[in-house]
Amino acid sequence: MTEKLLQVNNISVVYSDVVQVLKGVSLSVERNRIVSLLGSNGAGKTTTLKAISGLLKPENGKVTDGSITFIDTDIANAAPEDITRKGIIQVLEGRQPFKYLTVEENLRVGTAALREKPGPEKLAMIYDYFPALVKRRKSLAGYCSGGELQMMVIGRALMAQPALLLLDEPSLGLAPLVVKEIFGIIKRINEEQGTTIILVEQNARMALRIAHFGYVMENGKIVMEGKAEDLQENPDIREFYLGTKADGERKSYDNVKAYKRRKRWL
Amino acid sequence: MEFFLQLLINGISIGFLYGLAALGFVMIFKSSSVLNFAHGELVAIGAFLFLTLVTSAKIPVLLAFPLTLAGTFALGFLIERVFLRPLIGESLIFVIMLTLGLASMFKGIMLFVWGGNLYMFPDFLPSWLSFRGAGIYVPPVYVLSTAVGLVFLVLFGFFFKYSSQGIYMRSVADNQPAALSLGVNVRRVFALSWAIAALVAAMSGIVLGIINGINVHDLTSIGMKVFPVVILGGLESIGGAILGGLIIGLLETFTGGYLSPSLRDVIPYAVLVVILLVRPYGLFGLVEIERV
Amino acid sequence: MARLQFHPCGNYRESYGEELRIFETDYGRAALLAGLVLLFAVVPFISSAYFLYVINLAGIAVIGAVGLNILIGFTGQISLGHGAFIGVGAYGAAILATSLHLPLFLAVPLAGCVTAAVGMIFGIPSVRLKGLYLAIATLAGQFIIEYVLIQWEGLTKGTMGIVLPQATLFGLPISGDRGFFYLIFALAVFMTWTAKNLFRTRSGRAFMAIRDNDRAAEGMGIPVFPYKLLAFGISSFYAGVAGALWAYYTMSITPEPFNLDLSIEYIAMVIIGGLGSITGSVFGALFISGLNEILRSLFDLLTNLPLLQGMELNPAALRQFVFGLAIVLFILFEPKGLAEVWRVVRSNFRLWPFSY
Repeated sequence: MTEKLLQVNNISVVYSDVVQVLKGVSLSVERNRIVSLLGSNGAGKTTTLKAISGLLKPENGKVTDGSITFIDTDIANAAPEDITRKGIIQVLEGRQPFKYLTVEENLRVGTAALREKPGPEKLAMIYDYFPALVKRRKSLAGYCSGGELQMMVIGRALMAQPALLLLDEPSLGLAPLVVKEIFGIIKRINEEQGTTIILVEQNARMALRIAHFGYVMENGKIVMEGKAEDLQENPDIREFYLGTKADGERKSYDNVKAYKRRKRWL
Repeated sequence: MEFFLQLLINGISIGFLYGLAALGFVMIFKSSSVLNFAHGELVAIGAFLFLTLVTSAKIPVLLAFPLTLAGTFALGFLIERVFLRPLIGESLIFVIMLTLGLASMFKGIMLFVWGGNLYMFPDFLPSWLSFRGAGIYVPPVYVLSTAVGLVFLVLFGFFFKYSSQGIYMRSVADNQPAALSLGVNVRRVFALSWAIAALVAAMSGIVLGIINGINVHDLTSIGMKVFPVVILGGLESIGGAILGGLIIGLLETFTGGYLSPSLRDVIPYAVLVVILLVRPYGLFGLVEIERV
Repeated sequence: MARLQFHPCGNYRESYGEELRIFETDYGRAALLAGLVLLFAVVPFISSAYFLYVINLAGIAVIGAVGLNILIGFTGQISLGHGAFIGVGAYGAAILATSLHLPLFLAVPLAGCVTAAVGMIFGIPSVRLKGLYLAIATLAGQFIIEYVLIQWEGLTKGTMGIVLPQATLFGLPISGDRGFFYLIFALAVFMTWTAKNLFRTRSGRAFMAIRDNDRAAEGMGIPVFPYKLLAFGISSFYAGVAGALWAYYTMSITPEPFNLDLSIEYIAMVIIGGLGSITGSVFGALFISGLNEILRSLFDLLTNLPLLQGMELNPAALRQFVFGLAIVLFILFEPKGLAEVWRVVRSNFRLWPFSY
């Protein structure tokens, strides 16, 4: 097997010194893999990503326990500038473009973390992955469509030549076809650039299709982990996250057994 | 006709200075979304620093000028470090009030050190800068202010449009969390914008001081005059700041010349209210793109 | 329903009425009553004329600050023109009293109404503007009103100022600091009480909804613009009453005091007191008024020192500096203001010795 790139070891995250969101989360990410992090709203997926990328601090959050090791240094509670310099780039939830900058200027901001600025060939590579951006390069990002923006922000993160890319819900609010296209590109990036990716998703079906490994979170804890194929086959996952029961029958809330099984997860 | 031309030229030169003062203001707003009510004080501090260096310390003008700029650059940096950094992310009213408090403090210090008297710079501008012809006379300082205004306009335009640091500054103004996630050094951007703003303010303070003499109250009141200028031009636009400055400068000199001197100081604000009602984001401001 | 004697250690409220209650226990009510009795029955008789004068000015500031807090702290509309509105109130009362010979009990509320109307006019930009653009629009309002007060000589007598007649209330002359003490503080207490209760009503809740999220408020069916105007109106009414009292108290007024510095002073009161807290604005007004007086006497002390006799000290410089410093320090270290300090102190006493 390949080496470990990131090792999150039993971390707790507390916001404003009061609200504990993560209660001992551990996960490990191997180089050149796509790891997907699934779970319902409020399970702590985004917080986990922010703990890794150092973006908890502006929100008054802190890693209070445990360690986050990237390659061989502990990066828990480090400043986001330092973490991005080490090669961890997070793509924020909800796209977050620079609305008043053109698409190309948006992409240029992506190089902020690099000491040596890359030449135009890097931009060309981004446009090669996302051909839809080429004809929008001079227009303000604020006027682009959701799909274009999602491509732009992923491209923007790629400009930083990340070793580890954290994607937070790239499918949010997009048409199924666009989601499919973007996930295809994510897979290509992983294969061609060798970028390690942590993918946070609500769309479990899509995520498990391209991921190698998966973690399921509930209430600030990891409740299940396994290879993506295994998770896809797991009857509980199928029922709770993919919406189908093993035998294909529609789910019903009358079913007390299923309810109890669900309870055990929480 | 000659009177008209004379007013026109005065208006343009004063306008460039307003534009220059507004430029620094726009810099701060663009990068950190802070409305700096202490800008007039920065203008005044620049002028007084230059005055002290030239008259008390007897440093030659050509050396005193860069020294003043360096000093105010450092001051701007310091202000951001000490006072504004803890406030990152606080709501608007606190930031406004903090700069108002700073304005009050600086004004107090300046009154304490220099008092409320009017000072004059020694005459040091070479006479070849002046322009005479067609019945009008343009004193050297007006030529200087126009030149300085133009140079800075071009410089800043290029800086924001093409340089990496300029684009980072705009990105921080636009979406701070996203800029942070990409590793833009937000703190450096803030500090830099304050430093540059203080420098530009000092610049306009010096030139204004040459024209009108140096007095704490007069120079600090420029800080309030900046508001109509930037609203006219749009809070985000460098070119708009200069153009807004020109419009306000011309409006002032013409009202002063033809209507009444007392109306001079309110006209900009009356225009301001009308513009805010008709075009809330100024003539060149960015229309707020709100997507939910 | 039995009144609670002690603070419950949890949320045991069972109705909206309980939720909205001002005093949670009878002790709070008793303490306030005792305070009021102390204020009205004891303070005017034990304090010197100078101290009474200071207290009276502070009382006027309380009215103005509470009014501004309704606008900034509760409705979230930043106004930099409060000083000018106070000027409008002062001139309103002066003109009503001199030209129309209205008695005080009519002139003061009418001045308030005039100011409310002016305030609503300058609140109109809030249809389209919010945040800092609105702040700048009100700044323009400040300068325009200042200009009108100085230049409209037919009405305001310009920089000459207006001298007011002796204040009388129902035939009784109000004379001296003690007479004004009762007038000012009766109004201050009444208007503070009204403001406190305003936020237990439908309109008050609408104000707060607009402050917290104007778009969401609009989505819930709150007519945002009329409420914003109403907030401007109420706030300016308070400013007008404060200005009118000021005019009667000082007997003669000129346009000078109603400048931007006064506006800033009032915002400072609101912030130092605590945004969105009526009690806080009372504290803030007292604090700033007290600070002003302390600085003044400190300066007198300094100039009389033999050591500094020869130096040309500038009274404005010291005041400006300390005033600015106070604002900056409060914002950096206690942005929730004196109201928060008060709350912490109180709960420390209440919870002592087990402070968790």
